Parts: sequence; structure tokens; C-alpha cells
Amino acid sequence: MTVIRFDKVSQVFPSGALALRDVSIDIAKGEFVFLTGHSGAGKSTLLRLVYAEYLPTEGDMWVSGHKTKGLAQRDIARLRRRLGIVFQDFRLLGDRTAEENVAFALEVTGAKRSIIGPKVMRVLSQVGLASKGHQYPHELSGGEQQRVAIARALVNDPFVLIADEPTGNLDERATRGVFRLLRDINANGTAVVMATHDLDLVRQTDYRTIELKEGAVVYDSAVDRKPAAGMET
Amino acid sequence: MNLTLRESLLAFRRWPALSFLSVTTIGFALFVASLYGLVALNLHRTLDAIGERVEVVVYVLRGTPVEVVTVAIGEIESFPEVTEVTYVTAEQAMERAQAEMEEFQGIFSEFETNPLPASLEVRLNSEFQSPDHVRSVANRLRGYPFAEDVQYGSEWVAKLDQLRAISGVVGLLIGGAFALASVIIIGTTIRMAVMQRSKEIGIMRLVGATDSFIRRPFLVEGAIKGALGGMLAMGLCFAAFVAVNQLLSAEFFNVPQMIAVVVFGMALGLAASVVSVGKHLKNV
Repeated sequence: MTVIRFDKVSQVFPSGALALRDVSIDIAKGEFVFLTGHSGAGKSTLLRLVYAEYLPTEGDMWVSGHKTKGLAQRDIARLRRRLGIVFQDFRLLGDRTAEENVAFALEVTGAKRSIIGPKVMRVLSQVGLASKGHQYPHELSGGEQQRVAIARALVNDPFVLIADEPTGNLDERATRGVFRLLRDINANGTAVVMATHDLDLVRQTDYRTIELKEGAVVYDSAVDRKPAAGMET
Repeated sequence: MNLTLRESLLAFRRWPALSFLSVTTIGFALFVASLYGLVALNLHRTLDAIGERVEVVVYVLRGTPVEVVTVAIGEIESFPEVTEVTYVTAEQAMERAQAEMEEFQGIFSEFETNPLPASLEVRLNSEFQSPDHVRSVANRLRGYPFAEDVQYGSEWVAKLDQLRAISGVVGLLIGGAFALASVIIIGTTIRMAVMQRSKEIGIMRLVGATDSFIRRPFLVEGAIKGALGGMLAMGLCFAAFVAVNQLLSAEFFNVPQMIAVVVFGMALGLAASVVSVGKHLKNV
């Protein structure tokens, strides 16, 4: 079953810059997909299209069966509650504890307080931070902050986790830890789309890899046998 | 506690300086407006008190039988405009004159007959003190055959009426100007709050918050700031009142009026937030 479909999607910015060019991708339920390519290749734009921060200027795309182009603001909000989104810069609220940051994602959905507490504890345990729930982001290491962000992304039981360079700000040890966590999440059935330029990570696994160059898909391991030029280095 | 309220109060805790600044600015704007209101209120009370003294005097022709005057008093008292009719006999008029003008004692005692006429003092209901009403009553009184002369302060009545109208218009203008200033101030502080929280708003959107959910705490915050500003304005007004009241005897707002100022501040805060958040949320 396809959870994300791009059909000949192009993305042109008002300035005229072409960010994505004729991209067609299908991502299946439970799949782990690496998105690689140099800075400016269009990885973040592609992910932003998935969570409807942008709507495609050409072509069509569907997320969980919904065509994002026709969605009202309220429907986009509802769709995002079913996605988990993680960034390189964590994007945690600095004046709230780890627990409150995670609870926040549930509060905006109007969840009852009685279910928020146990759910927050469950995901914090899942990311290995059960004992640090009362700490503020600045009291946590980079790797721990990213785990809080992942916990926040997981708390609404998303069908897909979108991770834009999640290890970009982390040292090697924290990177391994976060990557292992993402693999565990994927093993539990959640699709993961991870943009990265850490090719070491990509080579460790045989997950599907899609490479973008100047906004176009130049390599998709699900389609092409031969690795792209960048993959060989 | 309700989530929206908690988020609104959090804004006060996180940005105490900005919150303090907005509450005091709103407070001062409403203070100036209410101070004018207080002046206008006291002016109206004074004018009303003066107005109660508006009366029409009918001088009674000498030799008019008391019975005729008594019947007329009954009739005049039944005029809708009239509250009270007092009959002042020639003797009473003389006594009054002697009491009020002691320096002319000698002159009064030289009169062989009382030169002062008897009179009817007709007091008007406060609703009928406009120049038109006073004139109409005076004209009716002139119709009595015993009315030698009818006097009323026509010019004075007209001026009093004008003063009332002017103070009303000026009050509306000043009140309106300061209300507008308050709206702009609250709108700006809410705008600053929206900008300051743009990162947070971005995160809220990413985790699936709807715009109405994001907007709500800002609206509550604006309403709270407006209400606090209103309370501050009342406090400042009271302080000013206490200071001035040592020299003048004035009256302060009553409780419903004070509540009205606070509710008005709250409404201003809410209105300013609605406009400001609606406009700026799109840009975040």
C-alpha cells in the first residue's frame, strides 16, 4: 500500500527558482527510505511537500490517500497530526521540559489530559529518556534533544516519520543511537523517510535510497540497479 | 486548568517586561479617557444640580384675591413640566429682601407700603429644562390675568444646555481617540507577541495545530491585558481623584461604571487581538 505518492511533481518558487523537477516516487507502508543528495538538491523541499508546507506547483501528490493540493488549512493540520516530523535543529520549545514538549503535540489535537500523561511516558521510555522527562532542552545533550523530538513525533502514532537530516548536528555516537532508534521505529511498522548526506549511514543498511540532484531524482535503488555516481565515493 | 488559558498566562510569565509594558500603556490610555469621563461626569452632575434650580417666576398683580391664586397654583402644579409651585406673599418677599440686603435696612423701613409684589416660583422637572420647554411654560403662565410679569433666565438656560451638549461631544471625541489609541497599542503588542512566538507557532503548526487553536491564546491574552489595563486605569483615576478631591468635592465612578471601564478595556483588547492576530499569523 502506498502512503506517499509523487506524480510528476515540480516545485517552482515565486522567485522562479526550480526546486524540484518532475519527481515521481511511491513510498509504501512500513518502508524505510533514504533521501540523499548535496545541499540544495531538493531534499528538504520534497519533505516539505509531504507535510504540505508547500503544495506542488505542477503535478499531483497524495499523502495517506489525500491529494494535498485540495486540502483546507484545517485538513492540513489534521494530516500533520498523523505524520511525525523531525529536524536537524530539533525544534523543541526551550522553555518547556522534555515531557511538556512531547505533551504539546497531543494537546494541540485536543487529547484528554488523562491520556496525555501515560502516552508521553510511553514514548519517552521508547526513546530511552523516561528518567529525563523533567529536564529542559538546554540541560540535555544533542542526541537526547533529538530523542525528545522523535518522541514528540511518535506520540500521535504516525504512519510515517519524516526526518530532515536528523543526525546532522550530532556526533558519531549520538548519530548511531538516533539511527538505531529510527530503525526500531521502522521495525514496528512506521514508514521512515530520512534525508541525509551521511553516506556511511546509508551504506550500513540495504534500505531504499533515492538520490536527488538539482531537483530531479537521479537514482532510486528500488528502480535502478546501478548506484548513482555519488554513492560510489 | 484550561489549555488556552494556561498558554495565555504563560505569555505573561515568559515575557513579563513586554506584558507589563502593554498593560501599563493600555492602562494609561484608558486612564486619560476615564479621567476625562470623570470630569464630564462631575460636570454633568453639577449642571444637573444647577438645572434643578431653573425656575420661572410669575409676579402677581397687586390686589389679586388669594383664592384666584390658589386655584391657579393647583392648575400649574398639574403641568407635566412642573415639580413644585411656591407662593411667596408680598410680606414674605419683603422679609426675604430685608434678610438678603441688610445694608438697605434703612430704605426698607422708610416704605409706607410694601413695594414688592407677591410671586409664584415655579420649579421645573429636570427633563423639561431645555430652553424650548422653559419658554413654553412661561408663555402658558403669561396667559393668567393676574400675571403682571413672567421672568426666567432664558439666556442662561440656553447656555447651560449648550454647555451640556459641548461636554457630551468633546467626551465622545476624546474617549473615541483614546479608545483608538488603545486598540493600536494592544494590536502592536499582540503583533510583537506573534512575532516573538513565530518559532513556537511554526512548531505548533508542524505538530498539527489549527490556526484557530493557535489564535485562541492570543485572543485571551489580549482580553486579559485589556481588562488589567482597565483596572489599572481605575486605580490611577482613583489616586488622581483622591488627590484632587482635597480641593474640590467631586464624586467618583460608581461600581457599574468601574466595571464598564474594565469590560470596555477587555473588549478593546479582544478586538485589537482579533485584528492583529488575523493579519500577522499569515506572515509567520
